[in-house]
Amino acid sequence: MARRLLIGLVWLYFMGLLVGPIGYLCVQAFEGGAAAFWHEITRPEALHGFSLTIQITAIVLVVNVIFGTITALVLVRQRFMGQTIMSGLIDLPFAVSPVITGFMLILLFGPGTILGTFFGEADIKVLYALPAMILVTLFVTFPFVVRELTPVLQTIGTDSEEAARTLGASEWVVFLKVTLPAIRWGVIYGATLTVARSIGEFGAILVVSGNVLMLTQTATMHIYQSYVDFNYLGAYAVAVALLAVSFLILIVLELAKTRVTAVARVGAAS
Amino acid sequence: MKTGHGRETMKIEVRNLSKRFGPVEAVSNVTFGVREGELLGLLGPSGSGKTTVLRIIAGLETPTSGDIFIDGVRVNELSVQQRNIGFVFQHYALFKHMTVFANVAFGLTVKKWSRPDIKQRVEDLLQLMGLERMGDRYPHQLSGGQRQRVAIARALAPRPSVLLLDEPFGAVDAQVRQELREWLIRLHDDLDVTSLFVTHDQEEAMEVSDRLIVFAKGRLEQVGSPAEVYEEPATEFVARFIGSMNILDAEVKSGVARVGTLEFPAPQFQDGHHVHIGFRPYYVKVSDDATRFRQQARLRHVYFLGVSYRLEIETDTGLILRSRMNKEEFRQCRFEVGRPVSYAITHFRILPQESSPQAMPHVPLAGPFTP
Repeated sequence: MARRLLIGLVWLYFMGLLVGPIGYLCVQAFEGGAAAFWHEITRPEALHGFSLTIQITAIVLVVNVIFGTITALVLVRQRFMGQTIMSGLIDLPFAVSPVITGFMLILLFGPGTILGTFFGEADIKVLYALPAMILVTLFVTFPFVVRELTPVLQTIGTDSEEAARTLGASEWVVFLKVTLPAIRWGVIYGATLTVARSIGEFGAILVVSGNVLMLTQTATMHIYQSYVDFNYLGAYAVAVALLAVSFLILIVLELAKTRVTAVARVGAAS
Repeated sequence: MKTGHGRETMKIEVRNLSKRFGPVEAVSNVTFGVREGELLGLLGPSGSGKTTVLRIIAGLETPTSGDIFIDGVRVNELSVQQRNIGFVFQHYALFKHMTVFANVAFGLTVKKWSRPDIKQRVEDLLQLMGLERMGDRYPHQLSGGQRQRVAIARALAPRPSVLLLDEPFGAVDAQVRQELREWLIRLHDDLDVTSLFVTHDQEEAMEVSDRLIVFAKGRLEQVGSPAEVYEEPATEFVARFIGSMNILDAEVKSGVARVGTLEFPAPQFQDGHHVHIGFRPYYVKVSDDATRFRQQARLRHVYFLGVSYRLEIETDTGLILRSRMNKEEFRQCRFEVGRPVSYAITHFRILPQESSPQAMPHVPLAGPFTP
């Protein structure tokens, strides 16, 4: 009896918190029919939002995967001063509120600062433009790839890399043919988390973007804008579109997760 | 330790090699040579520096001081890629995402061999290793022994000038290990590639090596054939580490080292000198007939070891000695634990004292034995 009650409670919690809102959102989004839904997600402001989100995500993804992999490799494989501090600070973006992240950037690139003046004179717009939006998203997503890769790198060890070197492989070949294949699912997992976070980021972007219609409005900001403008259907429709992407990401994550643990198991077994 | 073996050509030469890891001296001033075509074992307890020496020869580790020569050429400045050595790692270190074929082909692909040549070489090696039909398998589908053979094939593929093996049988179970040892000896005879392997297993080292080098605490203790090292241990460490040995502490008086009623001639030592007397258990003859030998003792234990028996006796003066005899010898006597026996020591060695007094465990009479 108590067991049933417990399971029931968990179901209720799960339905009420997760499935209910999502289901209701979908229902609301299609209240006006498929045509209205389509109209909302293809209106210029929405399309511009999607396009901007995709641009930011693509750039952040590439930069984060490259630098995240390099950072993880250096952290795990090298011994250097300040290593412990660096390792500890990597999680900082998890702890800092995105709004604060945004403000830090404004302080850094504001008109009175050295950086702000420098870019101002070079006529490069950082704040209230794409560069700032990319920078805050990079900051927020920084830990994902690094955190995924460090344990994988520790598990696989350096034996097979050394074996490749004794067989004459250059450092680049060792990385490409030995290290990368061994850590690829970790990279994919970290990359997927990065994509999810980049698409969903709102707070930090809101602060640094200036929220200029058709210029610096990402998809999430478009949802927010539609909502405050009483265009509820528009907000729901774009939200559902993003939700669909989230489901895709969830599937990739699950797939990657099983492979990552498989690598860990094989690594530990041999 | 003497290592100069005349003027014959050395395939590998290690000269005055030292390696520090922070405050720890892992290898200190080691010099030895590996002859062309030889199968040489580096033997020592774990942490004795033998693996470090192997890794330095390969170029995986940089020496703090000293030189490495391969084929007479100093290779200190050469990277691991340039040294043309084959290295077999203790845990195989196979590329898990590659098939057996791709693993063995790796070094050839890197060296840009042509595809038909690679195919030919890999197939030849797989056949040599008894892995003909395993080319398409992945490492996780193989047994420990098979993985080990793939690792050796992979190391041999680019025709290295020397083969270095780190604890080659450390990761396989005891039954397979015996097979692999015999297989490695045959392989070495067939291929004639100069090979250097590291092991902590003295039995394995004795069985497999043409010559062996014994390491302790980063220092080279002895170089010699298995028989030399076994019969004439150069140091007390070697005596204790290789096989089982009775070791007694004695003081020299007028050219004789005395322990209780036992007397060992030691004319080369002066009066008052402390020496260690070492003798193998099979040089201790024991009889149930108390008048057969001059020395008297009491039988404490009998251990059955399969092909032989080990006897533990306590002498009248309280020494505990180990003796070993085969089944025939044992059956001729009627031993009973607790009964008096007579014994004689037919062979012994006076072991040089270690230079640092604190390095020597001061066990008063009968020495402890290596397992």
